[in-house]
Amino acid sequence: MKKRRLVMRAIILLVLASAVAYTLYANLTKDNRMKVEVGKQAPDFVLVDMQGEKHKLSDYKGQGVFLNFWGTWCKPCEAEMPYINNQYNHYKDKGVTVLAVNVSESELAVNRFIERKKLDFPNVIDKDGQVQAAYGINPLPATFLIDKDGKVVKYHTGTLTEATVREFMEKIKP
Amino acid sequence: MKDVKCECGHVNPHGTVLCEACGKVLVEQSQDQPLLDMRYEGSARRSQTYNKSIIDKIWNFFSSVKVGVWLIVITLVASAAGTILPQEMYIPPTMPAEEYYEDQYGWFGKLYYVLGFNNLYSSWWYLILIAMIGISLVICSLDRVVPLYKALKAQRVTRHEGFLKRQRLFGISENGDQQDLTAVKERLKSKRYHVREENGDLLAEKNRFSRWGPYVNHVGLIIFLIGGMLRFVPGMYIDKVLWLREGETKVVPETDGQYYVANEKFILENYDKEKDKTFEAAIDRAGMVVKNYQTNAVLYKRVGPAIPGEKPELEKVKEHKIKVNQPLKFERFALYQVDYKLDELNTMSFSLTNKDSGKTFGDIKVNLYDPKPKYDLENGYAVEVLSFFPDFEFGEDGEPTTKSRIPNNPAFVFKMISPEVPKGETSFVAIQQTIEPLGDNQYKMAFKGIETKNVTALTVRKDLTIWIIIVGGILFMIGVIQGAYWNHRRIWVQNKDGKIWIAAHTNKNWFGLKREIEFVLTETKLTIPNDQVQRERMDKEGV
Repeated sequence: MKKRRLVMRAIILLVLASAVAYTLYANLTKDNRMKVEVGKQAPDFVLVDMQGEKHKLSDYKGQGVFLNFWGTWCKPCEAEMPYINNQYNHYKDKGVTVLAVNVSESELAVNRFIERKKLDFPNVIDKDGQVQAAYGINPLPATFLIDKDGKVVKYHTGTLTEATVREFMEKIKP
Repeated sequence: MKDVKCECGHVNPHGTVLCEACGKVLVEQSQDQPLLDMRYEGSARRSQTYNKSIIDKIWNFFSSVKVGVWLIVITLVASAAGTILPQEMYIPPTMPAEEYYEDQYGWFGKLYYVLGFNNLYSSWWYLILIAMIGISLVICSLDRVVPLYKALKAQRVTRHEGFLKRQRLFGISENGDQQDLTAVKERLKSKRYHVREENGDLLAEKNRFSRWGPYVNHVGLIIFLIGGMLRFVPGMYIDKVLWLREGETKVVPETDGQYYVANEKFILENYDKEKDKTFEAAIDRAGMVVKNYQTNAVLYKRVGPAIPGEKPELEKVKEHKIKVNQPLKFERFALYQVDYKLDELNTMSFSLTNKDSGKTFGDIKVNLYDPKPKYDLENGYAVEVLSFFPDFEFGEDGEPTTKSRIPNNPAFVFKMISPEVPKGETSFVAIQQTIEPLGDNQYKMAFKGIETKNVTALTVRKDLTIWIIIVGGILFMIGVIQGAYWNHRRIWVQNKDGKIWIAAHTNKNWFGLKREIEFVLTETKLTIPNDQVQRERMDKEGV
């Protein structure tokens, strides 16, 4: 009788405690619950670059992909562009490519930005925001490192230094 | 720690104050009291008696009503504190919250932020408070409803003398007979009492179910809390805002790219003084009064597999005029009208004009969301767009730059090509501002006009928890009504040594019970029982 009561109480308390623990966990992680998790397959996408060429993420299997989201008005994005460009030129023959996704701006704005910054890597425009939605982008700049198997290795938001860009490229070099 | 056997033969759990069956007082201290504490029928609240393991200790903590009340008070105070300054989600996004609170409210604002009151209602400690109230609710209820149910179920008709004479309403009649008892029984039945009879003793009882009201109410509350908790489970509750310009089609968030919605037109209608004469005075007083906010929306579904970024193949599902409280519904989603922005710039037109003669050489119309690099005007005239700043400002370094991608304040650097100046002249054009950085130009871009579009904001809402919350709320109210509008009344009419003892108990509304007893006992020789609480009070006051 006494033992049964103890077991009953223990079970009830356990159920209540786990409900509370789950709620707390879900609430505290809801802000940084990423759409794209590290270690998981990166969502595939197709976007067209400024030369009219299609870029499909899954076509880059076997290469590391440095996926960068940016906007022309975003100062930190602008600051890190030259570093990315330098490292892109250094690593492009070593199996690492850069895909830069502009967030729904006009072609003119993007083209003028590329000209001004003399960017060599492919830039694509996510016109209706589908890719941003799929990757849960906010805030800019956002960088995803994707390895040769298409898995996300790292997510980073905020300005990069040239050293970090190099370190990131090393990470996904096949 | 042993069960207690009463002299009537009933075995009561340890800690019982009044025998469940006959009502005899089992606890020494209570034996001297003139009146009984009838709460929970004097049943053994287990928590009060066992205090051994850690589990029991936790259980007993939450089982205390005192603890429950304090939890509620603390939560109330905390909730109130959260309303002193605006929560973080309502502050303007112009500066980081960290600076905003100190900037706006001084040291108090800083303290508010440091203590985490800026996000109070989703802070871990607030959630823990709510959770503890929930746990307290479950355990308090369980700990009381089970013994109460058992005690009410085990009660016998014949009660112990000590129990009867310690009831608030009690009286002894010397001269009652069998005839009176039969009459009383009939009258009790006419008042819808459920009458049990044993060895010439009567127990009349009604509305016992009203005692379960608080527990039904608590079950409702707990279901309500579960509903609230489920909102944190991914996919159960979605509340997003989608901004759509007229003519724009966008993917509906959280639908995995399956659904798209287009804004054909956004309409804002005001009440018209001329048409609605009834409202003339009100409109004069208030100025513009909006009659209708409406988005003419079209819902599309994507056909085939979805790769984000690919131009989707869309199939029209339905058209709907979204108005306030008339959402566009599909599957479990609903799109509500929530906000708007009128007259957002969409295109700007300019004329290439000779400054001296004023003669124009063609117009260009620039789509501010997709400007072309070059506009050909024939006969050797053309305009190139060298730079475009949709939301222009001068940056810290003095260079023109853009604040965002929305054309709130567009500015251009044009290169004007003419037969006279085939290399082109450069002109910086912003709203009401022209700068000619490379000296005097022969030509200018004369501002001609703008076209605007309205923008609508729709709330994307999916709520699978609402029915749970509604059920919880309904149960809550049923419990309140059940407990508040009925009273559990019992009347004992018992034959003790030839005398008729009458005692009565109710959980509330003693006045009603007394009236009922008076009715039952009229036309009998039985005396109406005294209200011992009232008598006691009168004795004290010396009346």
